[in-house]
Amino acid sequence: MELTPEAIAEKKAWRSMGLTDNEYELIVEKLQRAPNWTELGLFAVMWSEHCAYKHSRALFHLFPTSGPYILEGPGENAGIVDIGDGLAVVFKVESHNHPSAVDPFQGAATGVGGILRDIFTMGARPVAILDSLRFGPPTNREARRLMDGVVSGIAWYGNAVGVPTVGGEVQFDPCYNKNPLVNVMAVGLVEHEYITKAQAEGVGNPVMVVGAKTGRDGIHGASFASAELDETSAARRPSVQIGDPFKEKLLIEACLELAKSGSIAGIQDMGAAGLTCSTVEMAGRAGLGIEIDVAKVPLREEGMTPYEIMLSESQERMLVVPKKGREQMVAEILRKWELDAAVIGQVTADGMLRVREGEKIVAEVPARLLSTHGAPCYTPEKRAPGKCGRGRAELPLAVPEDLGAVLLKLLASPTIAGKEWVYSQYDHMVLASTVMLPGRADAAVIRIRGTKKAIALSIGGNSRYCLLDPYRGAQIAVAEVARNISCVGAKPLAVSDGLNFGDPGKPEVYWAFDQVVRGIAAACQALGTPVTGGNVSFYNESSGQAIYPTPIIGMVGLLEDVRQVVGSGFVQSGDQIFLLGENREELDGSEYLQVIHGITGETAPALDLEREAAVQSLCRELIAGGLVHSAHDCSEGGLAVALAESCITGGIGARIALPAAGREDACLFGESQSRIIISVPPAKVPSVVTAAAKAEVPLLPLGEVGGDALHLELPHSSVHIPLADMAEAWRGSLGRALG
Amino acid sequence: MHFAVVAFPGSNCDRDCFYAFSEVLQQKTTLLWHRDPWPADIDCVILPGGFSYGDYLRAGAIARFSPIMKSVVEFAARGGLVLGICNGFQVLCESGLLPGALHKNKSLRFKCEKAYVRVERTDTPFTNQCAPQQVLELPIAHGEGNYYIDKEGLKRLLDRGQILFRYCTPKGEVSEAANPNGSLLNIAGICNERGNVVGMMPHPERNVEAFMGNQDGLYIFRSIIQAVGGQVRR
Amino acid sequence: MVKVIVTVRLKPGVLDPQGQAVMKGLNALGYEAVADVRFGKQIELRLNLADEEQRNGHGRLKQSIDAMCRDLLANPVIEEYTFEIVKEEA
Repeated sequence: MELTPEAIAEKKAWRSMGLTDNEYELIVEKLQRAPNWTELGLFAVMWSEHCAYKHSRALFHLFPTSGPYILEGPGENAGIVDIGDGLAVVFKVESHNHPSAVDPFQGAATGVGGILRDIFTMGARPVAILDSLRFGPPTNREARRLMDGVVSGIAWYGNAVGVPTVGGEVQFDPCYNKNPLVNVMAVGLVEHEYITKAQAEGVGNPVMVVGAKTGRDGIHGASFASAELDETSAARRPSVQIGDPFKEKLLIEACLELAKSGSIAGIQDMGAAGLTCSTVEMAGRAGLGIEIDVAKVPLREEGMTPYEIMLSESQERMLVVPKKGREQMVAEILRKWELDAAVIGQVTADGMLRVREGEKIVAEVPARLLSTHGAPCYTPEKRAPGKCGRGRAELPLAVPEDLGAVLLKLLASPTIAGKEWVYSQYDHMVLASTVMLPGRADAAVIRIRGTKKAIALSIGGNSRYCLLDPYRGAQIAVAEVARNISCVGAKPLAVSDGLNFGDPGKPEVYWAFDQVVRGIAAACQALGTPVTGGNVSFYNESSGQAIYPTPIIGMVGLLEDVRQVVGSGFVQSGDQIFLLGENREELDGSEYLQVIHGITGETAPALDLEREAAVQSLCRELIAGGLVHSAHDCSEGGLAVALAESCITGGIGARIALPAAGREDACLFGESQSRIIISVPPAKVPSVVTAAAKAEVPLLPLGEVGGDALHLELPHSSVHIPLADMAEAWRGSLGRALG
Repeated sequence: MHFAVVAFPGSNCDRDCFYAFSEVLQQKTTLLWHRDPWPADIDCVILPGGFSYGDYLRAGAIARFSPIMKSVVEFAARGGLVLGICNGFQVLCESGLLPGALHKNKSLRFKCEKAYVRVERTDTPFTNQCAPQQVLELPIAHGEGNYYIDKEGLKRLLDRGQILFRYCTPKGEVSEAANPNGSLLNIAGICNERGNVVGMMPHPERNVEAFMGNQDGLYIFRSIIQAVGGQVRR
Repeated sequence: MVKVIVTVRLKPGVLDPQGQAVMKGLNALGYEAVADVRFGKQIELRLNLADEEQRNGHGRLKQSIDAMCRDLLANPVIEEYTFEIVKEEA
């Protein structure tokens, strides 16, 4: 029921929409009057955390955002990176955590749909999807249900829309039991000349809504995403939108045709806060206003109020600003693709968002005031927690007797185990451009049709490191994802980030957020990968308990010649195995401590960004020179797990001798950073040794590829595991746990 | 020679098939939107994979009412070559051009992976470049590929040699373990009685270029080119 | 206006993996008495009766719905159907 301005004031109705008393007062002060019901709804969604980034944007200036390849940094729907030949990559990471917690299938599905629209709204054809997922351990029934729903939802939407899901990663921790994280990265390709912007250019240009009809889906979804989950979340289920991948597929084709037709001045997808957010942002970017008539919006349901039409989050819709006189052409293109298109208003010079219902003006607010320029910006109190970790990694922790059994247990643990159960449900080959299938290499590789080039894509982040040291943990997230890209031979170009945290009103949470932003900024600066955009998701809490700080880094890299690409698996018997980088005796934060000893340790692994850059650069140089047959970075599970993975993936064994100084468990399972395992044909060994010396990167001989077992020789013990046993532990365990 | 690839609303392998014929195999190829007129000189038409009309009622059920299907049916009746891949196979079954039906995978999950099929006949326009019992590595990607037909129908298929491809191990053994979706007799592809209409669940267009790791899809596409009298380029 | 409720099921004898999975789930939850589960779908149609009669003749509603089921709503190879015509207020 809609209240009068007086009743709003009396009942403090803004509170139930997620606005504070101070924010309401600010609205009244700026408008110089009390807002009506519809206007209050506009402010509630536009000033929600989800749309206004009000607790986060004060820190965004810390990110490096420009560089030689960056055509478009933050501010548009997605970042744009030049890859030469007149082509550019458009990409972005976005989370859909809260909707996925409430309805994992539709929540994840519409997450895919939403981020794809951010890509093709810029004129780019989506060519790849990657997902970073976090769940409670599969032993937890609720976590299994959420994971099954999320994976099915991503599969349902991504498969039908015809964009390959080529990579991603999944990690498990009890902190995500009720609060799963679903961060999706979408990647598109566009010719420079067809890049379209989300700006409402040109006073007098018409404004059109195209795509699906508008219903009552997901009203207040944006403010829903900006609140903590509790027992009533399930009851708020109407806030979850329903996706239609079939319509999205048509919308992709229609929008790409629009971009090439020269008929449009601007275009923006309708995501969170639907028509409200898209009109405000398009007007805001152009410094102009928009006037629309809600009576002209094609509706799916009867009797919708202006409030509902403005706030609907019905999926698969776009806001288009055609050049004047080209409305007909736009409508014809949409009709060809069997989609609706309607002129609902026009661009104005006065900077106002004016909403009419026929002749009646139902809302009239300065667009700038609704946008991030007008929304409040907070820098909450921050406080470092005394101690994040649980349990010291040092002695008297005993080194296990049977290190082979430890290795098998780690290989079968859900975070490390092979993810075939997940990716076999995704069509990862449609578009016929996937060079490296999931599980075959550290990064996904997509060829660029008509060129020799390929792009490499990776996404990830270790939240346990961030719990222990958010600054270094965030740096490691950037470093490791870049390392994945370097391991296929590609040069890391740019980053999009998904920042997932608890309630920013808690000083410890905000402190971690601040540290993470600074960590990402420092690592991106050092590795030359600017941040082109991203997403912040706060309030990931259940029962008052926040998730670990979880920054997810998505990255794009460029491979000049697709024929140079290498995978992570060993290839050829007799190849020599080396470690680029060095082992340090560090166990803190490792998967080994968590899985085998049930503790986190007290700090994250050390990271030297200069060394990291040198190791990666050398790895790329060796791959480009055709000197290596495989490259695989050491991450969760350390050196032993990485060697085992290279054996399993390659279907061939290895004999390794490790000159371990100190604890043998630390040598095998410690997670020291900046390490890459390479296999080198014997004839190329001298060239590799020379290159490493020149690059001043430590090069440690580890052993030789061959046989049908992994044999690890240590000073005081040895490990010998048949390939088949490792494969069984690594490949089968997740499927067995999930059914 | 003139190849056509039909795009229904929701098709998503149409461009992949188009590139396979036009760029990889250098054939004259036209991408036909489902409302486009039928070119007179078509030698072979491909119904590609995807989710036509969202597969919303049943996979392939609505596409058969698309305007272009009338032409496809007439073309098939004249003996023209029709290849349905994945969703295209489902459309062919739904439209009655091929017998049987494809229902949900036994696992109830969509499955995308490498699969192996054994070529059961080499005297057809779609397999003439294959060796008898040759094993082809071709990817599958489907949620509804579980081939079903009643007993009499199955007997007819067997009697008339209409089974073209069966899922098998890399060594060519047709076994339960090699069956990815629960299909009767591991059926991966069949033809009509006349042999000019073929439907198959695996995707030959995904194994046609060197970077894909394997080019077994070319055996099928080159067979077609051979059959319509085109130049098979090696 | 009339409302028609069409129910489509797999034919007896056609394996219903979805039904089997749900049965296992129910059994695992302790509902061991559940001996079989078959899946189907229910489709609701609303027909303008006047239009329908004008097109297909008076009293031919059942034949008309039967044809819709055969032509599209069910796949006779694996599915069977029933329908129920529910009269509705205008």
